[in-house]
Amino acid sequence: MKTLRNRWITIPLLWAIALAVWQLGAWIYGPDIIPGPVATWGGARELIADGTLLKDIGISFYRVLSGWSLGSLIAIPIGLIIGRVTVIRVLAEPFLNFIRFIPPIAFITLFLVWFGIGEQSKVALIMYATLFIVMMNTLTGVLSLEEDKIRSARSMGASEWQILLHVVIPATAPYMFTGIRLAMGTSYMAIIGAEMMAANEGVGFLIWNSRLYFRTDWIFVGLISLGLMGFATDRIVGWIGRKTLYRYGVVGSVPNRRP
Amino acid sequence: MALATPSSNTITIEGLHKSYAAGKSGSVHYIIKDVNLVVKGGEFFVLLGPSGCGKSTLLNMIAGFVSKSLGRLEVGGVEVEKPGRDRAVVFQQADSSLFPWLTVRQNVEFGLKMKKVPKDRRREISDRFIRMVGLFGHENKFPRELSGGMKQRVQLARVLANDPAILLMDEPFGALDAMTRRTMQKELSQIWQETHKTVIFVTHDIQEAILLGERIAIMSAGPDSRIADVYEVPLPYPRDPASNEFLDLNRRIQSHFDAGLEGGMHP
Repeated sequence: MKTLRNRWITIPLLWAIALAVWQLGAWIYGPDIIPGPVATWGGARELIADGTLLKDIGISFYRVLSGWSLGSLIAIPIGLIIGRVTVIRVLAEPFLNFIRFIPPIAFITLFLVWFGIGEQSKVALIMYATLFIVMMNTLTGVLSLEEDKIRSARSMGASEWQILLHVVIPATAPYMFTGIRLAMGTSYMAIIGAEMMAANEGVGFLIWNSRLYFRTDWIFVGLISLGLMGFATDRIVGWIGRKTLYRYGVVGSVPNRRP
Repeated sequence: MALATPSSNTITIEGLHKSYAAGKSGSVHYIIKDVNLVVKGGEFFVLLGPSGCGKSTLLNMIAGFVSKSLGRLEVGGVEVEKPGRDRAVVFQQADSSLFPWLTVRQNVEFGLKMKKVPKDRRREISDRFIRMVGLFGHENKFPRELSGGMKQRVQLARVLANDPAILLMDEPFGALDAMTRRTMQKELSQIWQETHKTVIFVTHDIQEAILLGERIAIMSAGPDSRIADVYEVPLPYPRDPASNEFLDLNRRIQSHFDAGLEGGMHP
């Protein structure tokens, strides 16, 4: 109870200090370099009033969520197959370990050529950003599954299909979930890159476009929006995970990687 | 070797070898060399030996997890090729073999669910064995909420629910504290007498072997492990570890191992 009470004091206090430091920086360097909290709030009100902020956030959200969920849906079965079938794993591993080091942003131009400048290329990029993280995590989960679990299921009469369904998938669920949650971070990274290079909407576009008008306050609005979007989605995904996957050992928070 | 009439749960092992090719020299190393054994249906048979003597390998071969290199290994007159419902395995580590995402009851019902036994019947069976192992009232707990001894009880109930002919137990009480181990040994002995399963029990603990087994096979230290000797234990159950006969047998088996140490690898 005491720690809880402390939290209600310490966290607002920390935020107040952060805001003060921010405002101090704005006074020292001037609003063009660092727009203070008040100037940023002013910029935000402009962007909210003409509807661009909500539209851009909505568009970015839509791209991230669709690419991320499609990517996860594809990645999980692939990870399971690679993990369970040794032949496929031996063949696939060199390629995986080669491709996964190519950051999604490096693919932006190529994806524009392949999928056009529309939504397709952006969603494909998020899928790519999601695919390897979720796949590698699923694969790790399958490989760290204790042989005793499979053996006991087998000697209790489970077929290979039943072992996959009732042993491998539940045992791997926490790993899949960690991958899915981490992939959210890289998805934001990828979409902002893509929107900066080739888009007319989205938070990345907003940030990139603001430089033309030298509106650093709008850039700050974009950055803060990204932080809030990431924070909100991570909390929601974490909450869903805890509620639905508790029995599989998904508890508390997953180590986060900043987008 | 004279063969017993192969009833459905008699285990017949003749000239069994397990080897692997070692290094580039092409030389063959034996984990198990020329094991001959007949375990009768309903018998409590103990495999006793030092660590690394291949007793777990032998158990895993009977379970069908590890393939043999040479020889005959039959259960109920049928060659063992893969794991089967007739041979249940209780592993040393409950944490690695139980399903942590399932409750005690769901763990116990796992095999029945795989066999698509109707829900009512599953519940009836799981109730019976949860009671038998003394876990009544803990049905809805998850394994992580249980102590080490209770987890081993779940493992036991889980395999008994499938009504196997043979129980293969790989040092199931090795990781438990002394008092819990003693309780578990007593209960296993009672359960065996109630259910008349064939039990093959692997241990490196001489006292445990004498407490539980009708016969005790002593395995020599590996490599080239084989069965060095088989002791009959003519004592009635429940056995008293303080009785003279018990202590005498304990001494004889102990001296067997001591002699082995002095005289080289094979006792």
